[in-house]
Amino acid sequence: MLAGVKIGAMGALTLLFAIAANWGHEEVYRFHAFLLMAVSAWAFLHAIRTADAPAAPKAALEHEYMDDVIRYGVIATAFWGVVGFAAGTFIAFQLAFPSLNFDLPWTTFGRLRPLHTSAVIFAFGGNALICTSFYVVQRTTAARLWGGNLAWFVFWGYQLFIVLAATGYILGGTQSKEYAEPEWYVDLWLTIVWVAYLAVFLGTIVKRKEPHIYVANWFFLSFIVTVAMLHVVNNLAVPVSIWSSQSVTLFPGVQGAMVQWWYGHNAVGFFLTAGFLGMMYYFIPKQANRPVYSYKLSIIHFWALIFLYIWAGPHHLHYTALPDWAQTLGMVMSVVLWMPSWGGMINGLMTLQGAWDKLRTDPVLRILVISVGFYGMSTFEGPMMSIKAVNSLSHYTDWTIGHVHSGALGWNGMITFGALYFLVPRLWKRDGLYSLSLVSWHFWLATIGIVLYAASMWVTGIMEGLMWREVDDQGFLINSFADTVAAKFPMYVVRGLGGVLYLAGGVIMCYNLWKTATGATSTSRPAQAVPAE
Amino acid sequence: METYTSLRAFADSWAMAGLFLFFLAVVLWVFRPGSKKVHDDSANMIFRNEDMPKGDEDMPGGDGNGR
Repeated sequence: MLAGVKIGAMGALTLLFAIAANWGHEEVYRFHAFLLMAVSAWAFLHAIRTADAPAAPKAALEHEYMDDVIRYGVIATAFWGVVGFAAGTFIAFQLAFPSLNFDLPWTTFGRLRPLHTSAVIFAFGGNALICTSFYVVQRTTAARLWGGNLAWFVFWGYQLFIVLAATGYILGGTQSKEYAEPEWYVDLWLTIVWVAYLAVFLGTIVKRKEPHIYVANWFFLSFIVTVAMLHVVNNLAVPVSIWSSQSVTLFPGVQGAMVQWWYGHNAVGFFLTAGFLGMMYYFIPKQANRPVYSYKLSIIHFWALIFLYIWAGPHHLHYTALPDWAQTLGMVMSVVLWMPSWGGMINGLMTLQGAWDKLRTDPVLRILVISVGFYGMSTFEGPMMSIKAVNSLSHYTDWTIGHVHSGALGWNGMITFGALYFLVPRLWKRDGLYSLSLVSWHFWLATIGIVLYAASMWVTGIMEGLMWREVDDQGFLINSFADTVAAKFPMYVVRGLGGVLYLAGGVIMCYNLWKTATGATSTSRPAQAVPAE
Repeated sequence: METYTSLRAFADSWAMAGLFLFFLAVVLWVFRPGSKKVHDDSANMIFRNEDMPKGDEDMPGGDGNGR
């Protein structure tokens, strides 16, 4: 019966997308309709072929964790990571050498930039969050993932979202909201996938066999719930036609700007912070083999962070048409947010109390710890930049870009690398990583890359901010915009080189993880159990 | 505009006070007497059930940790 419904639904969808591929108004819409037609045709055939396949015995599966979907997630994280870093490095060089735009519409900075941001945030970061949350929630609830194959739907549905978003940008489809560029039908698809994700995660927590819900799961859950809310509200729009990718947003003018940055900053707060803090609270204690420094502090950290983050968005709209009180509120809340952020950082770092010597022998732990260090740095820099007087200098300059990248490359990237190095030997049942010295290479390449990136962006950002406001004794501006662009060239090259180093580290990681997963024997594994004394 | 004004007044008075009191209550609850044992147990949860779900202690060759 269910198989029949599935076959009928997939067949109807295939037909619908075939019609849409014919009637679509824009190139990007027709391309996506064609793509979706192919996907639903495949699902239609798959439903027919498996219609009378016997269901796997449920009881037997309950005795093991659902790790195959996590293995796929690890591969997707590593793959999209390298794609996103490569795209970022390329567009960094486009800014230094504009001829790299190739005078083609598909390769211009304006289209590749959202490809880069979405690839690293949503494809790399999102896959990391989905697979680590599935891993952590099973280990800390002592229960198999709820919902059977629903976890597979979440994984493949999310990859389809990524492909729709990425191809959409290249073909010029965008609703021009930063970090929320995909058009309405892609947004609808992501909503379906996200609700399924919430169901899998929450279902597993409900059937948990440990009475307490470990703090990492609180962070993951707040990330899933809040992102659902942000995504739905920010993307409320009326399509101009069901056969068109264009839509009209529900919020006009400054209200639209406020909703967008309420979304935008909480994408940072809940996608890139709360979710990744969930990773921190599991992987750092596990890798250090000690419980978290203070469990009490972790609970206070959680409630303080989620209560405060949601108000910080208006600092993206300083000195705009947004009412003054809202700007000031955003500034004050951003500064207050410094405290829970550093509370969390201290909790992560102090977990190593009494085990600091492990940093000398364990490069994976070193990667995890430096990620928390970068978290502390960027959560100090962020509140400082949200102060209106500082913001009047920093806003619209490259300083903002540097800040974002010290957070994204340093905090999100490094903690994900650490988690991948932790997960691969366990998921593929190996004794250890293929090579620890390659991990050290990755650590240094990535760290130096970030330092080059952040330092060059500080210099160029403050320089351009000062050049923009420089006036002569008559009160006339001294520099034209093109003057600042010319002055920034050397720093742009340094930034690009930083990106090359970071990308090289990512490629080395993929090689190391591949060798680990395929069971190659290590040549340089030091004896872990040798005491330091 | 009436809705805006009344919602605004509610948000920066009762709603703000309510959220703040909730937060204070969480902090007090965390430091309640006798919570240390619970929290120590919770912090060590991650070192259990590494390899298979709980409730499988009677499975052949398993103590819940796959050892």
